[in-house]
Amino acid sequence: MKLAAAFLGVVIASLLTIAMLFTAGWVRPPILSTQVGFRGLAMNQLTTPAARSKLELANALPEAVPPAEPGGPLAVDTYKNVKVLTDLTTVQFNTLMAAITTWVAPNEGCGYCHNTDNLADDGIYAKTVARRMIQMTRHVNKDWKAHVANTGVVCWTCHRGNPVPANVWTNGMGWPQAGGFATTNYGMGHPDAANGSTAMTQDPYTALNDKSVIRVQATKALPANSNGASIFATEQTYSLMIAMSQGLGVNCVFCHNSREFGQWPESTPQRLTAWHGIQMVRDLNGAYLDPLKTVLPASRLGPLGDAPKLNCATCHQGANKPLLGVSLAKDYPELGGTPAK
Amino acid sequence: MAMLNFEKRYRVRGGTLTGGDLFDFWFGPFYVGFFGVTTLIFTLLGVAMIVYGAAIGPTWNVWQINIAPPDLKYGLALAPLKEGGLWQIITVCAIGAFVSWALRQAEIARKLGMAYHVPIAFSFAIFAYISLVVIRPVLMGAWGFGFPYGIISHLDWVSNTGYQYLHFHYNPAHMIAITFFFTNALALSMHGGLILSASNPPKGDRLRETEYEDTFFRDAIGYSVGTLGIHRLGMFLAVSAAFWSAVCILLSGPFWTHGWPEWWNWWLNLPIWR
Repeated sequence: MKLAAAFLGVVIASLLTIAMLFTAGWVRPPILSTQVGFRGLAMNQLTTPAARSKLELANALPEAVPPAEPGGPLAVDTYKNVKVLTDLTTVQFNTLMAAITTWVAPNEGCGYCHNTDNLADDGIYAKTVARRMIQMTRHVNKDWKAHVANTGVVCWTCHRGNPVPANVWTNGMGWPQAGGFATTNYGMGHPDAANGSTAMTQDPYTALNDKSVIRVQATKALPANSNGASIFATEQTYSLMIAMSQGLGVNCVFCHNSREFGQWPESTPQRLTAWHGIQMVRDLNGAYLDPLKTVLPASRLGPLGDAPKLNCATCHQGANKPLLGVSLAKDYPELGGTPAK
Repeated sequence: MAMLNFEKRYRVRGGTLTGGDLFDFWFGPFYVGFFGVTTLIFTLLGVAMIVYGAAIGPTWNVWQINIAPPDLKYGLALAPLKEGGLWQIITVCAIGAFVSWALRQAEIARKLGMAYHVPIAFSFAIFAYISLVVIRPVLMGAWGFGFPYGIISHLDWVSNTGYQYLHFHYNPAHMIAITFFFTNALALSMHGGLILSASNPPKGDRLRETEYEDTFFRDAIGYSVGTLGIHRLGMFLAVSAAFWSAVCILLSGPFWTHGWPEWWNWWLNLPIWR
């Protein structure tokens, strides 16, 4: 009996060790890194040649659509029911439609949004959504330069050939939660991809759809007469920060000097861009994406009935600059992009 | 530092690691030896370089003096003196001094006919240091990955390096190392307490022998590890703490570049409950 127990123990330990040693994610030198700040500060991003080429592959550019010739009649005069792209010529309009098809519904084609017997018909919900998304893209490129600069965004930035972008979120995703008296851990203790496999809250994104202050760092050592931020708020924030890190493929010191996370003068310039990013995502979720719950069919909604929303990964997809910094928007003034000088 | 009358009997010449009798003598109570001299040279040179580094730096505030490793662009080459070269010299001096000290311990052990437990234990601490400033930088491809020499600056390095992996407490080797450090402190404090409680009685009270010490732990937890055993345990715990802390930082970077929480996916993905 004792021998059998010992044998069983050895077998289990060996199996666990094998699982652990051959788990995905181990790397080996060479390690690629760039220095940020003074030498010895250790504010490095780390990657490997294999991970970098994988990222480059994932950010391959879509097939280019030839640019529109200038001039000609306005689309609003040529077609019926043009409500948003009223400032485009017919040629521009058609070029953009072709590009959107390549970016969003390359397999489904025009029929994904349009009734192919009557293109002006608004019967398919996807057309209403697409209209709103064109407005959103223009809004981002014109009004959120603090985050997207002149690089801008186009449909491809998020969609990458998928009618619904791969990285979106809704409320109540993840493990089912008990309510009422049975509520225990507020969604904590369920590691998954969203919270970077930590034991923190499994729904890190709620702060991206409200106006709450994401600020839990103490501003002085051993603050007296203050309870500081609650554990719940702290873990919510840390969970969001880890989700941001995962979305951008960076670690904490990309934005923060961990000596004092809250200090702006000691942070990198990227932190300011990221702060504007949070404000932008809140704006887009509140003004553009969540209201689409009245348009979208039930199958597109989350378990709590809200519309799919943005987080950092929606555009960034593991790169600190979406598409590794390539600007597609500069060729699409139709979408509000800033042309290259 | 008076010498006890029997101590002279232990002061035998010979048994040096280098052979011969170079520096094979005592200076007051201290054995000198070849490696005592090299320890001294490396220490003086290294400390002089630190003082020089402080002198050309912006501050004499002892907390803020910072002698940083070279920029990453120098890779594994030598850097200019004022741009990390000093750090490289100090690193060589530190390793020279630490290793010399371990070899001096070994020579003393040989002279006394003892085993090498002391230098072996100390060499684990040296290994942890060398892991940080030589092995890991070489694996990562630049001396710039070493930690800076400065009281505050090395703490900043530790913090930032930890946050490169999102949450360093999820590093399994770090977990093991911490557990050994805590257990080591627990064992040492209980051992110290036990010895003092038995062998340091109030005036007029009777000293208690080893049997009492053993009986205390048998009564308390049903088992006494014994007088020799507690020291075996102590060495094992302390050496393991140093070893696993070296492992935890050697894994971070050369063999793992993501957040450490992600590493635990192997557990989450076990076929039993995946």
